[in-house]
Amino acid sequence: MLLTKLTCRLCFQRVSRNKNCFCSKVPKTPIWEEVDHTRIPNVPQIDQEMINHLERVSLVEFNNQAGIERLSKAIESANKLHMVNTDGIEPMESVLEDRMLYLREDKVTDGKCKQEVLSNAVKTIEDYFVAPPGNIPLKTKERDYGSNSNGS
Amino acid sequence: MLSLTLKEAVHKLRDGSITAKDLCEKCIERLNKTQQLNAFITETVDVSRDSAAETDKRRRKSKPMRWRKLEGLPIAVKDNFCTTGIRTSCATTMLQNYIPPYTATVVQRLQDEGAYLIGKTNMDEFAMGSGSVDGIHGPVRNPWKYKFTSSNLENQQTKPIEQVSMRNYHTSTDDWHIAGGSSGGSAAAVASGVCFGALGSDTGGSTRNPAAYCGVVGFKPTYGMLSRHGLVPLVNSMDVPALFSKTVDDASILFNVMAGHDVHDSTTVTDEFNHFTLPDNMNIKDLHIGIPKEYHAPGLSKDVHNAWEEAADMFEKAGAKVTQVSLPHTQYSILCYIVLNCCEVASNMARYDGIEFGHRAANEDSTEELYAATRHEGFNDVVRGRILAGNYFLLRQNYEKYFAKAMQVRRLISEDFKKVYASGVDILLTPTTLTTAPTYKWFTERDNRTSSEEQDIFTQPVNMAGVPAISVPSKLSTDGLPIGLQFIGQNFKDKELLTIAKWYEQQVQFKQLNLDYLDNVS
Repeated sequence: MLLTKLTCRLCFQRVSRNKNCFCSKVPKTPIWEEVDHTRIPNVPQIDQEMINHLERVSLVEFNNQAGIERLSKAIESANKLHMVNTDGIEPMESVLEDRMLYLREDKVTDGKCKQEVLSNAVKTIEDYFVAPPGNIPLKTKERDYGSNSNGS
Repeated sequence: MLSLTLKEAVHKLRDGSITAKDLCEKCIERLNKTQQLNAFITETVDVSRDSAAETDKRRRKSKPMRWRKLEGLPIAVKDNFCTTGIRTSCATTMLQNYIPPYTATVVQRLQDEGAYLIGKTNMDEFAMGSGSVDGIHGPVRNPWKYKFTSSNLENQQTKPIEQVSMRNYHTSTDDWHIAGGSSGGSAAAVASGVCFGALGSDTGGSTRNPAAYCGVVGFKPTYGMLSRHGLVPLVNSMDVPALFSKTVDDASILFNVMAGHDVHDSTTVTDEFNHFTLPDNMNIKDLHIGIPKEYHAPGLSKDVHNAWEEAADMFEKAGAKVTQVSLPHTQYSILCYIVLNCCEVASNMARYDGIEFGHRAANEDSTEELYAATRHEGFNDVVRGRILAGNYFLLRQNYEKYFAKAMQVRRLISEDFKKVYASGVDILLTPTTLTTAPTYKWFTERDNRTSSEEQDIFTQPVNMAGVPAISVPSKLSTDGLPIGLQFIGQNFKDKELLTIAKWYEQQVQFKQLNLDYLDNVS
């Protein structure tokens, strides 16, 4: 920072002598803070219980060790957010927070589109969507995603 | 004819010096000749021919009809915008069979002004990516420095549709460059002359990134200016329909046709939209340009740095006030983006269960088993990974620590922009990407998350704040690839942003890619 100021000042001094000399406002070197690893929480071990829980709420599977590593990496990145002091900062949900949400009149504006609504369902019976029996927990599968997934 | 700008093409169609039919045939020919770029998922050649014929018929009518603003103009649309009767696949197995019964508002508005659809363009699956390499139809290739071969042309033309619709698409390891993403197909289509404008979507840079890599203009308007109705949602609080064109004026024309409130999208603002055309001259002396110092990030290439410096100096020498400014939270923006993206994705992807629309697995043991099997078959690793990470961040014990924390950091990022504009800065000038388009080989050696951390570094802070931004081609790098620079404007000052971008474009006179030699390849 000091160096940049200094070069700029030198540059300005020279400007008076030579009109072609010019000091660009684009910095010459990267200006990023070093990541202070001591302030970042450790990535927790992702145990079998966590894996089962996430798979159940997500209804997708990790598939393999690579899938679990992908989550660990994402957590590692997210943890770096803790370098930022956010004390007293209100979370921002929308960029339009200072505006009123548009509400239209509570009137039916469309309809008679049963065919269109049903047209993309693979399975229908007499104008109904069809689902197999519900409220049956997923079968537990024997899985081993490798080293990280210690049984609990 | 294909090297015309959109503005010129519209004029020529209007004064009758070219017919819609001729233009349409030229575009279809170029589409066929550039098949190996893999820019399109669905080609709508028949629709194009019918629409062009309709335009020519309108001209011949004895009683003159209103000549619409985009009459007879072919456009391409990213395959995540719904189009009535035309498959909208989002490059995912999940929506391979999805034929929307309605058309996205922005597409409809273009069509209402006489533009027609030449095809739906290739992308990353559900727009999750920054290379356009992660869709089920295989990667998009950047037309710059691409070696088209005539034997290849023949092979590609006879390639049956089914053959490309599979995972593990065969990709040659030739040293071609990626188009950028996730709207890479739209960028490649405009750059290669197949169409005069194209729609993309921009959640973290998905339009500006491929625009920079493909040497075209990529404009992300202010959040709330363009309707998201009919755009398959990725991150609702950041998604913006965006556009590609050859020039800033062209971007302005398309934007003016699409902008304004839509009753179907409550996040479009209700302010009356004042249509505008961009002035040819502007007084640069009154302008205050900010150079955010944090945009010199680790990994910025020498070529891009030089282009950025040249542009800043050019403004200053022309009399504009150019100052270095600080957006202190820039470095944390990408981390914040990752968390918010995964959380909203986890929520948005919950709709895909195989019952009402989209892919349905064969498992009929229970609703739960059907959901799980459908989603397992329908999503790729990247999508699954983001859903799982999102649900992790949203767990009761993690909600404050990650999701709420990220939203707090989002406010700080947004405040950074507000403060700098409040200090008198009119516009910010930054690079769009760290480097020029990387090669496919280099890019695919990294995983999707690492890639987007690097690729979206300069583009996603803009989506955090909702402000408008545009990537304008600047010059070619030492190895002959286009470099894009990004101008970031203030909320709802889209016109001012475009005006300054146009001035810059006039100074640099970037030479568009010209593939006319392909016309002579048999």
